[in-house]
Amino acid sequence: MVELKETSACAGLLPVTYGSVTLEEMTVEHMTSLSPLGDASGLSDALDNAHGMALPAPNRSTGKDSARCIWFGRDEALLIGPAPDDALRKLGAVVDQSDAWAVVRLQGLGAVDVLARLVPVDLRDGAFKQGHTARTQLGHMHASITKLEPDQFMIMVFRSMAGTLVHDLKQAMAGVATRG
Amino acid sequence: MRIAGKGLVDRNRRVRFSFDGISYDGFAGDTVASALLANGVTLMGRSFKYHRPRGVLSAGSEEPNALITVGKGAGAEPNVRATQAEIYDGLVAKSQNAWPSLDFDVMAVNDLAAPFLGAGFYYKTFMWPKKFWEAIYEPVIRKAAGLGALSGKANEDAYEKAFAFCDLLVIGAGPAGLMAALVAGRAGADVILADEDCLMGGRLNAESGAVGHQSGAGWAASVVAELAAMENVRLMSRTTVAGAYDGRMYGALERVNQHTSRRSGGAPLECFWRIAAKHSILAAGAIERPVAFQNNDRPGIMTAGAVRAYLNRWGVSPGKRVAVFGNNDDAHRTARDLVKAGVHVVALIDSRAGAVIEGFDGQVFKGAQVCNSGGRKALESITVRVASGEEEALQVDCLAMSGGWNPSVHLTCHMNGRPTWREDLQAFVPTEGAVPDMTVAGACNGVFSTAGCLADGVAAGKAALKALGKWAVEVDVLAAEDAAYRMEPLWAVAGKGRAWLDFQNDVSVKDIKQAAVENFMSVEHMKRYTTQGMATDQGKSSNVAALAILADATGRGIPETGTTTFRPPYVPVAIAAMGAGGQGHGFAPERLTTSHKRSVEMGAPMIEAGLWYRPSYFPKAGEATWRESCDREVGYVRKSVGVCDVSTLGKIDIQGPDAAKLLDFVYTNMFSTLKVGRVRYGLMLREDGHVMDDGTCARLDEQHYVMTTTTAAAGNVMRHLEFVTQCLHPEWQVAFTSVTEQWAQFAIAGPKARELLNGLLDKAIDGESWPFMACGAVSIGGVQGRLFRISFSGEHAYELAVPARYGVALFDALVTRAEALGGGPYGMEALNVLRIEKGFITHAEIEGRATAFDIGMERMISTKKDCVGKVMAARKGLVNQERPQLVGFKPVDADAELSGGAHLFERGADAVRVNHQGHISSVAYSPALERMIGLGFLSRGPERMGEVVRMVDHMRGLDTEVEVCNPVFLDPEGERVRG
Repeated sequence: MVELKETSACAGLLPVTYGSVTLEEMTVEHMTSLSPLGDASGLSDALDNAHGMALPAPNRSTGKDSARCIWFGRDEALLIGPAPDDALRKLGAVVDQSDAWAVVRLQGLGAVDVLARLVPVDLRDGAFKQGHTARTQLGHMHASITKLEPDQFMIMVFRSMAGTLVHDLKQAMAGVATRG
Repeated sequence: MRIAGKGLVDRNRRVRFSFDGISYDGFAGDTVASALLANGVTLMGRSFKYHRPRGVLSAGSEEPNALITVGKGAGAEPNVRATQAEIYDGLVAKSQNAWPSLDFDVMAVNDLAAPFLGAGFYYKTFMWPKKFWEAIYEPVIRKAAGLGALSGKANEDAYEKAFAFCDLLVIGAGPAGLMAALVAGRAGADVILADEDCLMGGRLNAESGAVGHQSGAGWAASVVAELAAMENVRLMSRTTVAGAYDGRMYGALERVNQHTSRRSGGAPLECFWRIAAKHSILAAGAIERPVAFQNNDRPGIMTAGAVRAYLNRWGVSPGKRVAVFGNNDDAHRTARDLVKAGVHVVALIDSRAGAVIEGFDGQVFKGAQVCNSGGRKALESITVRVASGEEEALQVDCLAMSGGWNPSVHLTCHMNGRPTWREDLQAFVPTEGAVPDMTVAGACNGVFSTAGCLADGVAAGKAALKALGKWAVEVDVLAAEDAAYRMEPLWAVAGKGRAWLDFQNDVSVKDIKQAAVENFMSVEHMKRYTTQGMATDQGKSSNVAALAILADATGRGIPETGTTTFRPPYVPVAIAAMGAGGQGHGFAPERLTTSHKRSVEMGAPMIEAGLWYRPSYFPKAGEATWRESCDREVGYVRKSVGVCDVSTLGKIDIQGPDAAKLLDFVYTNMFSTLKVGRVRYGLMLREDGHVMDDGTCARLDEQHYVMTTTTAAAGNVMRHLEFVTQCLHPEWQVAFTSVTEQWAQFAIAGPKARELLNGLLDKAIDGESWPFMACGAVSIGGVQGRLFRISFSGEHAYELAVPARYGVALFDALVTRAEALGGGPYGMEALNVLRIEKGFITHAEIEGRATAFDIGMERMISTKKDCVGKVMAARKGLVNQERPQLVGFKPVDADAELSGGAHLFERGADAVRVNHQGHISSVAYSPALERMIGLGFLSRGPERMGEVVRMVDHMRGLDTEVEVCNPVFLDPEGERVRG
């Protein structure tokens, strides 16, 4: 039988550190797109029963590190961590996206300054709090950005763009680091 | 000449730099201008048109004369204002627009030809002969006139772009800006204070007056220190807010490392900021205006405020024998400060007969004017026309002049606002509300005393807080200079000769008057005719004077004459800063497949398909041309088995009770009837009836489909589905998600395709379980994948998909097995040949103008249901037999060449537009037919099989006879694909 080895989206590219800011790939077991079909409350309840969190409101996330659900667009949320419970499939479209996104963590003092080079969204502490999430632009790319903790962001772009993501972030990190 | 004990420069830190190859010493805190003046260098540039010797006029970003090139090599930056360029050890600065040297400039001969080179000279002079313009006149003029030049090499310096957000953006850190920031900062607002200088404080650093018990500069430093300690305040020095835009957005240029030698490690030279501010306060100050008189441009003649700035801030006297000339009380300060510093003031000349002069005991001329100057490369004398009309010469090496002050209204005009004329100030001030949510304060609001600016700053800060819904805290306003601004207008001194207005573009009073005489009376016409205000300084120090003279020449008032339009950017902004990050790999995202690295390792040249990169072909040792590789790869698929990464095709997962309804509606053909476990080819139309895209769609379950799109149209199709489900049928219960990135998908094509798969899949397949157009789940090495029996080559073929993390591993396994079976990987070239041989279309055929009728698929528009584009596709013009329709072409002469894009004509017809009958859309060399073949569109094509027509490619010079044939060149019965 053939054995297929796994290769992560950012294999060979990360981690990197510039000054106080580090960029590393996040290992994510499962990512699942959830879209309610019809009334969303059923799916939200099922999600709560199975994984302990409700569907998030726009620009918000629910859950915690081991199982998180982030708002991912109109009528769409992304369950990150556990394999989706079968009960969810009756209430919405459940689509495996585990391999579709490059997922990285940018952290350290100045992480928000790095993102300010690339992201046209107000990420000041008062405006973008822990657990907030945004579908926005990072450089020229469509991205999902979630604040996991102070000075810590989870960034996702299409898997095929992992190289460009790392290129753009490294350039911004280097520029910020030189300012000391 | 450096004055002991004066200035804010750090006299303990010497800095060595060079100007035109000569090394000079300055102090930390010096600009190139102040350091050169301290070294006795007054000649800093040559003028644009006449190459007249010029020195500094100002001490700020408005400088028109002292433009220098900074740095060397690829990154040398032209047109940098010496008045802003801070010196650092090793700085290399050069003068511009002079040859062979600044001191001896041959082109200064232009100055002698001045009578012929006035306003509009080239409109009049270089009209004939017409063809001489581009060939001779323009190149010569461009060479003779101009400022600095770029290196012509790719700039290696790093630049940055960034976004910032705040409650309040304060523009300018003079007395008004500092007070406004202090008020807002203490109240807890999120404040950005931006100032273009390296040292905040504005005019306080340039004046000798006190604020409270401190010097002005000392007070400014203490306020800056307090602001710096506030977490809610961000200080951005060396940052010029250059534009005000819609949505409370501001553009700003930060000179991050222009004052250091640091260029490596990604250190940005400049950063272009986009600042979103809920409210802004413009406290940009004012710009002093020169007075126009004959030869008022000699090195050593500068504005009175600039002389004070050099003296008080940099401890430099620009001359040893200085005269002061002005039309206002403010100029008197220059005389007083100079005397106090021990500099000899030869005379104070005030154009007002009734001027009251206090605190100055030297020679005074009232009601007098400076009407000429002497010297060539440096000022040697001035001529004073006294009240009686007599003229008197004075030996001076510096003249400080002031024609009054112009508030810096520029930013308030960026959104089409027009400034308001204030008769008492003889100046334009901002019009209230010109920029939404902007408050104007201080000198740029027409408040010219320090005390007034402090109070106005507080008021603006409070107004901003009110607008932001925040409470203000009381802030003490300290005592400061509060002199009234008394002036009488003086724009130009009467007399012969050229009196300069726009120093940077060499525009004189005469030019403006000439424009008026020639009926260029509108200020906008005058500007373009004379080029006044069109240089890099945008006429900051000349606009108002120019329009005052135009007003006079045309017999109108200044407010009726109006101003020209101030546009962003307020200061020159390098394209490198605005386009930061866009060079090289930053130009566009690169989408790489999971097999990308392996393909490159195999030597495959990559071609771009949208943002994706795909292998063209996989060369082997001994192959001299791409065609050899391509032919070999085609052979894999026709004879054994080939493997190709097709992950770039769009894949959209569609689920829900109404999934079938959606598909029936967006595809021309029926998908609700498709059996689970089967795939069907589908055609999609735009609303206007033309073909949008094609692809296959697989039914994985009753309510679950996977649609594929072409690589190029994946985004468009997704957008189309959004439109249909959000706008046309929001009631449908259907969800769709792009899974393009989730699955790595590979085509396995050729007679040995099944053999290859059966060595790989955990459970073997056969023709019965996997007939043509079957699909379903498979397991491969324990990994759950999807298998589709579809073909884009006409051969027995499959597409196998696995989660992307296994992509490269699967590619390796497939290639290894294919090679063992006598096949291997194939690229885009072979893929193209294979599909053309089968007459399969791509976006070369469905390029936006083609209809289903044109490609012979009109019967795919189901009559049993509605679909997007159905009604419009039935329009008579879209189903007309005369339309060019898809057919195949092969050359009559087997060795002849076909080319994509070539036009088709009847045999014997002239190859001209009116005879055009169609075009060739795709061509390839077919190894099977041993000749080139093509697909294309020919009027009434399907009726003309066997006819010979003429193919002409005017661009490549091809003229070939081609036979019209069935577009399916190979296996028209489709036996192989079912094999």
